[in-house]
Amino acid sequence: MHLAYPAVLSALLFCVGLYGVLARRNAILVLMSVELMLNAVNLNLVAFDVWLRDALHAGQALTLFTIAIAAAEIGIGLAIVLMVYRNRGSSDVDRLRDTAEGHGPGEGPDTDAPEAAPAHTTEAAA
Amino acid sequence: MTTTTLAVLVPLLPFLGAVFGLLLGRKAPGFVRPLAILPTLTALALAVVVAVRQGGDQAIDAATELTPTGSVPIELALHLDGFAVLTAVLVGVVASCVQIYSTAYLREDPRYPSYAALVSLFTSAMLLVVWSGDLMVLLVGWEIMGICSYFLVGHYWETPEARAASLKAFLVTKLGDVPFLIGLFALAADAGSFRITTILGKVADGGLDHPTLIALLLLAGVAGKSAQFPLHTWLPDAMAGPTPVSALIHAATMVAAGVYFVARLLPVFAASAAALVVLAVMAAVTMAGSALAALAQDDIKRVLAYSTIGQLGYMTGALAVGDRGAGAFHLLSHGAFKALLFLAAGVIIHAAGTNSLAAMSRMGGLKDRVPDAFWTMTVALLALAAIPPFSGFFSKEAVLGAAEHTATGHGEFAPATAGWIVLVAGLVTALLTAAYATRLWLLAFRGSGPAAPDHGRQPLAMTSVLWVLAIPSLAAGLTYGVLPDWFDGVDLTPTLTTSVLATGLALVGVIVTYGAWRHSSAMAARAPLGPDGRPAPLGPDGHAASAGLGGREPLGAVAAHPEDGPAATEAEAITAHTPVYGSIAEAPDSADPGRLLLGPLHRAAATGFHLDKVYAALFVRPTQAAARVVRFLDREVVDTYVRGAGNAANLLGAVVRKAQTGNVQTYLSALLAGSVVLAVAAVLVAAGA
Amino acid sequence: MILASAPQSLLAATAPQGFLSPTGVEIAFVLVGIATLGAAVITVTTRQLVHAALWLVVALGGLAVEYLLLTAEFIAWVQVLIYVGSVVVLLLFGLMLTRAPIGRSPDADSGNRWVALAVAVASAAALVWVVVDAFRTQWIDLDGAVQGSTEVTGSILFRHWVLPFEALSVLLLAALVGAIVLSRKNGENGENGETEAGAGTEPPTATATETARSVTPDKEQR
Repeated sequence: MHLAYPAVLSALLFCVGLYGVLARRNAILVLMSVELMLNAVNLNLVAFDVWLRDALHAGQALTLFTIAIAAAEIGIGLAIVLMVYRNRGSSDVDRLRDTAEGHGPGEGPDTDAPEAAPAHTTEAAA
Repeated sequence: MTTTTLAVLVPLLPFLGAVFGLLLGRKAPGFVRPLAILPTLTALALAVVVAVRQGGDQAIDAATELTPTGSVPIELALHLDGFAVLTAVLVGVVASCVQIYSTAYLREDPRYPSYAALVSLFTSAMLLVVWSGDLMVLLVGWEIMGICSYFLVGHYWETPEARAASLKAFLVTKLGDVPFLIGLFALAADAGSFRITTILGKVADGGLDHPTLIALLLLAGVAGKSAQFPLHTWLPDAMAGPTPVSALIHAATMVAAGVYFVARLLPVFAASAAALVVLAVMAAVTMAGSALAALAQDDIKRVLAYSTIGQLGYMTGALAVGDRGAGAFHLLSHGAFKALLFLAAGVIIHAAGTNSLAAMSRMGGLKDRVPDAFWTMTVALLALAAIPPFSGFFSKEAVLGAAEHTATGHGEFAPATAGWIVLVAGLVTALLTAAYATRLWLLAFRGSGPAAPDHGRQPLAMTSVLWVLAIPSLAAGLTYGVLPDWFDGVDLTPTLTTSVLATGLALVGVIVTYGAWRHSSAMAARAPLGPDGRPAPLGPDGHAASAGLGGREPLGAVAAHPEDGPAATEAEAITAHTPVYGSIAEAPDSADPGRLLLGPLHRAAATGFHLDKVYAALFVRPTQAAARVVRFLDREVVDTYVRGAGNAANLLGAVVRKAQTGNVQTYLSALLAGSVVLAVAAVLVAAGA
Repeated sequence: MILASAPQSLLAATAPQGFLSPTGVEIAFVLVGIATLGAAVITVTTRQLVHAALWLVVALGGLAVEYLLLTAEFIAWVQVLIYVGSVVVLLLFGLMLTRAPIGRSPDADSGNRWVALAVAVASAAALVWVVVDAFRTQWIDLDGAVQGSTEVTGSILFRHWVLPFEALSVLLLAALVGAIVLSRKNGENGENGETEAGAGTEPPTATATETARSVTPDKEQR
């Protein structure tokens, strides 16, 4: 099999994931895009492992490790997203702008947090 | 001790006195007076010893080089010739008299310690100038004198007149000092040395490349320091300083420094005929103009100041015709009698409580109140008017004789033109000098009206020095037979022609002025009297309430508290003059013979021929306009760039700040885009594209 | 340019190896690859958030098939088990817990979309160009012994990669602890009405543990 097929597929998948990371608003969709990028890397690892006929099968071993790390990452990432959602009432990446210019240390967190958080809490209570 | 050691001590002692006076002035007030008087007196004694030892023989030269200073060496050098030692004695005498006089005159002045120290420092600087054999060292003394003059003129700095006068004195003399400095450098560059002896040797060999240029540059400094036209305007205003200061600095010594400097370097000036003619014209304009101005002044000290300018004109005239013996002779005799005139004027101002001649002429019996001042001042005025046998007659005749000598073509190097200019101006000035001296005497001592207030006898310290100074004023002229041994050996004996001519003119001046005085007094007496015929009472602010116009109306700026110290009285009188009479220089007094004599010229002469206004139009206003232009350029042009730099950075910052959105995705996009660009670039480079 | 000439040179270089007469494996790979790529593109572009997760399942499943085609069968099954089985489930739970809207949400994409597209296209072009340029003459020989059987993988994993493997288990433990700590309901933050929301913290913890469990036992079973 031509090596270019898996390599090109992997590159394209990676760039699709890249687009998703940069363009998606919901943090969980961003995490999905990260998964796509990781899988593109995995495909590359496997393809080159097979191509090189590596005696140690480093590619496959690393793929397994990557999968495990991706699982851990998704667990931590989701925990963070949930915490952000609980605190801010939103998991939209582009609304978390605390580091923007104009957010002095004396100001509160996001300006939309006060109106979003009570809504969330009342809904949660109901 | 060797003569050289003694000579070094002479400038050093007043300097140490000044240093210790400044240091101890506040802590130990008891030491201030001894520290002021004793070093000066000792310096005088040593100067006399040095003068006796030198005795007009070969000049004593001593020099030591402290450190190498490059291509033109600067040395601490002494050059003691007959001129130097005699001038030093004069400086010592006048300085000692002034210090003694000041202890009484400024007895209640809180700033007396610094005043006395400055006078000592000034004395030291003048002695340094007189004895220095190196032009750079001379310049040091020259500038110290300038700054001392600035401080001392501004002694009454509470009064606006004194503040303005001190600034004016400093700036005008500095205006002359700048070309003076350039001239010194040019001279040293031509001669290859700052040593006076070396320079004179070089001049004798004809080694100067630009004699006219150097002489004219040096003349600017001399004109500034010696108050010669056109840089003389500071001297009349400098009378806002205390009277002893006027006597020391602005009559006897500092203003003589310029003349002395020319006398020292006369061969340099003589190398250029043009410079001598310029010097002669300068002297002629100075003496004639100042004599006319003196005739119109109301302030007794301003009369004396213009008289000083005129007498300095005689000295420069003598130098212009190449006779430094005559110039130095007149310097010595003038130093003595002008110091006497000023010190006596100080006594009179204190006694009368005013510095206005118009006010004094309305007081009776002033001469009985201050008999010492009356007699000594009479002597000094006779000397000033060059009436034989007083000292002024001989010295002035020496000048006129030298001028006549040159005019008739017997001069060594001076052109006959210079001789004629000086001779004619000198004769005219002799007439005018006698006229204003007579006017001063008549107005001050022959006044009629209510008796002058009685303050008791003046302090002994003030009156005694008058008599001390009266001796040389009376008798110094008789030394004309001895002095040539000390000077260049040129005969100083009066010649018959000029003596008869000048004395006759002087007598004419005296008689005409007396007649004019009688006439104007009679005219004024016929006019109705004022309400009470007394000097106008002073308002509570110390200023006279009214100023009469015409007639024997009372006018006066008489100090409210004449029982105060003399210095306080004088300061008050100076301050009161302008508000009462409308001018610092003149008073609207119809009984003034000067008004009758000068006629339409009076107004112009009183203001110094409007020279200050001319200067204001020529220099002050253009300078102010240039300053406004510079201010505009600085504010509007330069600052625009400065503000632009700041605003550009601000704008850039505002633009860059917009990138700080807080959106992580934006940051990441920029990061990855940059990575892609870098990666592509790296690949392209690696591929060799 | 190299990029423009790349397809021709690719064709020229691969022609003797039978590029125009592809093997069955290649046809299968390309077809599955197109499907995978399409699913991935839909994943990152769809406006329905839940659909995105489901399309992700398709993409990840397609990748598992690709692994199989590359004879890495163990990786393929691990992929199916962990990604399709647990990660996607986890993501779906996350979507639900953050009250993601069901149906089309108009604001699924942020304003950064066009910049993101430009960056992605540029990097895709660069990567594809470099990859094609570099590997246009390389072939994978799939005819030899199977390279990714469970036996082979297990033997190398426990023979050569034991230490990294153990280190990985420590990492998983740390991730476990971290997830618990992060999602724990702490008293300061949730005073009122947070009990209900605090219940929402339970699933991540559970799923993280589940993930850890689902990864580690899998491997330890071998």
